[in-house]
Amino acid sequence: MSSEKRSVREKVLEHELVPRHELLTKEEALRVLRELGVRPEQLPWIRASDPIAKLLGAKPGDIIRVERKSSTAGVSVAYRFVVVG
Amino acid sequence: MSKPEKVVKGVKFGVLSPEMIRRMSVTAIVTPEVYDENGIPIEGGVMDPRLGVIEPGQRCATCGNTLAQCPGHFGHLELAKPVIHIGYVKHIYMLLKATCRSCNRVKIPEEDVVKYRDLYRRLRERWPQLASSMVEFIRQRASKALECPHCKARQFRVRLEKPATFIEEGGRGKLYPDVIKQWLSNIPSSDLEVLGLDPEVARPEWMIINVLPIPPIAVRPSIVLETGMRAEDDLTHKLVDIIRANEKLKEALNSGAPEIIVEDLWELLQYHVMTFIDNELPGVPVAKRRSGMPLKTLAQRLKGKEGRFRGNLSGKRVDFSARTVISPDPNLDVNEVGVPYEVAMTLTVPEHVTPWNIDRMREYVLNGPYKWPGANYVVDPSGRRLDLRYVKDRKALAEGLKPGYVVERHLVNGDVVLFNRQPSLHRMSIMAHRVRVLPGKTFRLHLAVCPPYNADFDGDEMNLHVPQTVEARAEAEELLLVEKQILSPRYGGPIIGGIQDYISGGYLLTLKTTILTKDQVSDLLATIDYSGEIPEPAILSPVEAWTGKQVFSLLLPEDFNFIGETKLSSGSLKCTSEECFWDTLLIVKKGKILAGTVDKTVIGSQQPKSLMHYLIMEKGVKFGAEFMNKAFKLFLRYIEMVGLTMTLDDIGPKRSALESAVKVIKNSYSEVDKLIEMYRAGQLEPVPGRTLSETLEIRILDVLARARDESGATVVEYMSLANPVYVMARTGARGSGLNITQMSVVLGQQSVRGERIWRGYRGRVLPHYRHGDLSPEARGFVASSFYKGLSPLEVFFHAAGGREGLVDTAVRTSQSGYMQRRLINALQDLYVEYDMSVRSPYGELVQFRYGEDSVDPRKTAFGKAVDIDRIIVKNMGWRMSL
Repeated sequence: MSSEKRSVREKVLEHELVPRHELLTKEEALRVLRELGVRPEQLPWIRASDPIAKLLGAKPGDIIRVERKSSTAGVSVAYRFVVVG
Repeated sequence: MSKPEKVVKGVKFGVLSPEMIRRMSVTAIVTPEVYDENGIPIEGGVMDPRLGVIEPGQRCATCGNTLAQCPGHFGHLELAKPVIHIGYVKHIYMLLKATCRSCNRVKIPEEDVVKYRDLYRRLRERWPQLASSMVEFIRQRASKALECPHCKARQFRVRLEKPATFIEEGGRGKLYPDVIKQWLSNIPSSDLEVLGLDPEVARPEWMIINVLPIPPIAVRPSIVLETGMRAEDDLTHKLVDIIRANEKLKEALNSGAPEIIVEDLWELLQYHVMTFIDNELPGVPVAKRRSGMPLKTLAQRLKGKEGRFRGNLSGKRVDFSARTVISPDPNLDVNEVGVPYEVAMTLTVPEHVTPWNIDRMREYVLNGPYKWPGANYVVDPSGRRLDLRYVKDRKALAEGLKPGYVVERHLVNGDVVLFNRQPSLHRMSIMAHRVRVLPGKTFRLHLAVCPPYNADFDGDEMNLHVPQTVEARAEAEELLLVEKQILSPRYGGPIIGGIQDYISGGYLLTLKTTILTKDQVSDLLATIDYSGEIPEPAILSPVEAWTGKQVFSLLLPEDFNFIGETKLSSGSLKCTSEECFWDTLLIVKKGKILAGTVDKTVIGSQQPKSLMHYLIMEKGVKFGAEFMNKAFKLFLRYIEMVGLTMTLDDIGPKRSALESAVKVIKNSYSEVDKLIEMYRAGQLEPVPGRTLSETLEIRILDVLARARDESGATVVEYMSLANPVYVMARTGARGSGLNITQMSVVLGQQSVRGERIWRGYRGRVLPHYRHGDLSPEARGFVASSFYKGLSPLEVFFHAAGGREGLVDTAVRTSQSGYMQRRLINALQDLYVEYDMSVRSPYGELVQFRYGEDSVDPRKTAFGKAVDIDRIIVKNMGWRMSL
C-alpha cells in the first residue's frame, strides 16, 4: 500500500503539468544567489513540509530550482528558498 | 553657520514614562479655569502661554520664538489617582494573564525563560515574523499556568470587562489601576523580553497614566468667531473636563470622602481620559459637545478617510491644478485639451528669462495678470516675488527684465499639462495633453479619448495639473502624452480609436454607393487641410466623380496593406474572398481601399488586430494620432453632409414582419403551456442536479429567449441597409441587434437574479394573476416592444428588472473600488530592476523575469515573437487563407 502510494507521488513529478523541480548543490546555489544579487531569504519561500520539497528531500536552507513551461517565454526559471514548516 | 550633520538611522516607538512626561513638560496644569475676566489665559490653565504662541506677533514665553518658529510645548497634569490608558488595555490584559499575581514573574520556569530569551533574541535578528509567533506561544503558555512556577502561588483568572475594568475572579475582585500599576512595575525586565516587550522603552507600568501630557496649544488652536467669541478646540474642552474631574477626585481624597464616592469620581476621571484618547470606544458613551456633535478627540484625528494618514499624509491638496466640467470638441487634436481663459490666466508656468525668449517674456509682463497671455508673478534674481496685480509700473518692470529673472506666465497654447478623471483605475486615467486655450468655461477634449478616461459629457468633471519644472514637462511629454498611451497594455490593442459617429461616418463614407462630386471632395479634403493632389476620379463621365473609398485612401500610407473582415461581415453578408459581392471584406493594397467598408473592427477603439492597430504599430504612434485627427474629422464632415439621424419610423417593424414575429411568440407560449402541463403531470424529465421546478424554469427561460431572438431576427431581416438604426447597430457605432429587437419587436423576459420574477404576493407577483400561474406573462415576459408601448403590468416587470441593474452597479463599484485600493497598497512599491526582475524595495524577488518573458505587452505581436500572418499581409497584400 505505502510503496504504491510513494510511486504515485513520484510519478506526479513526471506529469506534464508539474514543473520540473530540482535541488541545487551548494556551489550552484551560491552561483545563483550571486547572479541574482540576493540573500537566500530574499527569494520566494517554500516550506520544507511542502509535498514537492519533501519528495526532493529538501532541508531548510536549501534552494530549489523550478523550471516551468511558459506559453510566452518557452521555459521560465524560478528559485525557492526552503524554510522550516 | 554649519550644523552638525545627523543621519536618521531608524525610528523606535515606545511608551512615555511619567518621568519623561514631567521632563518634557514646561509647566504643570493645576486649574480648570482657562481665561480670567479680561479674557487673558490663566497661568496653570490649559491655555497657559508657556505652552506656545497663539497670536501672531507674540513671542513664546518658553522659547522666545514667534508664531511661525515656535514648535509648541507640552505641559503635564498630575492625576490624583492613576487611570488606564485605553490604547494599552490589550497589553495590560495579556501581562496580567501571563504573570504571577503574587511574585509578578512570568509564569514560566526560570530555565525555560532563559532558553526562550536566548532563542527569541536570535530569532528577532533574522526571522522577525517567527519571533512574533514565538512570543504568542510564550504568552499562551504562561497564561495557562494554574500555579506560579516561581513562588508556587495559586493563580486566579483575570477577566477584562470592556472597556477597561479588570476583575480577578475568586481573588481580589476588581483590580484598581493603582494595584495594577504596582503589579506591572514588579515584573522584572528580563521577563518582559520573552513576552515581546522592550523594557528599555516600554515598561508596562507606564501604560497606566498617572501623569497626563497636555498637548501644546498649536495642536488645539481656538478660533475667534466674527462676534468676538472664542470657540475652543474639542481637545481643550476635553482637557478641561479631565482637570475638573481630577480636582473633584483630589478634594474627595483629601476630605476623606466615603469609598463609594471616591470610586465614582475615579471612574469619571477614567472615562474622561479614555474619551480624550478615543471617543469611539465600544460600550462607552460618546462625549458630545453642547450641540450634540460627538467630540473629535485624538484617535478621531488620525482614523479613517479624512484622518491624518489617509487625508493629509497619503493624500494632499495640490497647487497648480484646476477642475471643471468637460465637454466634447471634435475640432481639437487627440493630443489636445481645451482650457478656458479663466483657468489659463490662473494657472502659471515658471519660465526662466533667456536672451532668446526675453521679448516674449516682456510681452507677458506687459499684459499683466488680467490679459491673456500674460503673467501673474515675476521672481527677480534675488528670489523676491513680485505680484503683478500690485505692480504699478509693469512697463518699467518689463524693461528691467533680464536673464536670471523667472516669469510665472499664464498657460499658453502648446503647454503640456496632465489631465485626469477619477476613478484613476489604469495608467490611461492620467494623460498629458497639449493646451489649447479656448473661450467657454469647460475643459474640452477629443471624443476619441473618452474610452481611456471612461468619460462622457453628462456632467463629468476632470482635473488638470500643470507640471512646474522642465524635468516634469519632459517626462509628461515623453511618457504620458495621449498618443503614447494609444496602445493599452491590458490587451495590446488601441484603447483610443473611433467611437459612435466616427464609425458610422466612416462606414457611410466608404460605402460602395458613395459617389462624390468635385465640390464634395474639395469640401471634405479642405476640412483636413489636405495639400496634395486630388487623385484621378473613379468616374470620368458624364461628370467627374470620386468614391468615398478614394478619399479615405488619401490618408493611408502608400506602402500599407491590410485585409480583414469588417463588422458587417456576418450572416447573409459574410465575405471571405476578395471577389465577394457584399463589400464586407476590407482590402487595402498599397494604401488604397480596394473593397470593403470602414467600421468598428477597422478603426474602432478597443479593437486589437484592426487596421488602426497595425497602422499604429507599423507607422508609429505619432502617425497614428495624426491619422485619427484627420480621418475622424473627415468622417464627421461627411456625416454632416449626408446627415445621420433616427426617427420613430426607423424602429417601426413592417407589418408582415411583425406578423411572423408575433406568430413566433404565440408558438413559444403554447410551447411553454405544454411544458407547464408536463410539469403538472409529472412527465417533465429533470435536468441532472436540478429539481423539477428548477428544470421547468430553465426550460421556459430557454424557450422564451429563443422566441425573442427568433422573432427579433425575422424583423431585423426585413430592415433596410439604409435604415440609420440598423446602420449604427451593424457597423458597431452604437446599439446591438438585441437593442433593435427590444425597441421594435419584443422586450423579452425580465429577470431578477437570473430568475423569472416571482416575488410579490403569495404564489403570484401581482393580484392580477391567479395563484400559481406559471405562464410567461405572469412571470415577467414582456411581449410588447418600446415601439408598441408597454402595458401597466409590463412596466412593473420592466421596472423590477431595471432596479436590479442599478443596485448591481452600485454594489459592484464599491466592491471593486475597495479591491483596487488593497491591490494598489500591496503592489505600489514593486519595481522592475535593471536585470529585468521584479523586486520589492527590500530587494526581495517577486518575479525572476518581468512577466516571465520581460516583454511589454504593448510592443508584442500578441505574445508571439513574430506575427507571421501579418508579415505576409504586409508584404504581399493579402493572406493566403482567411
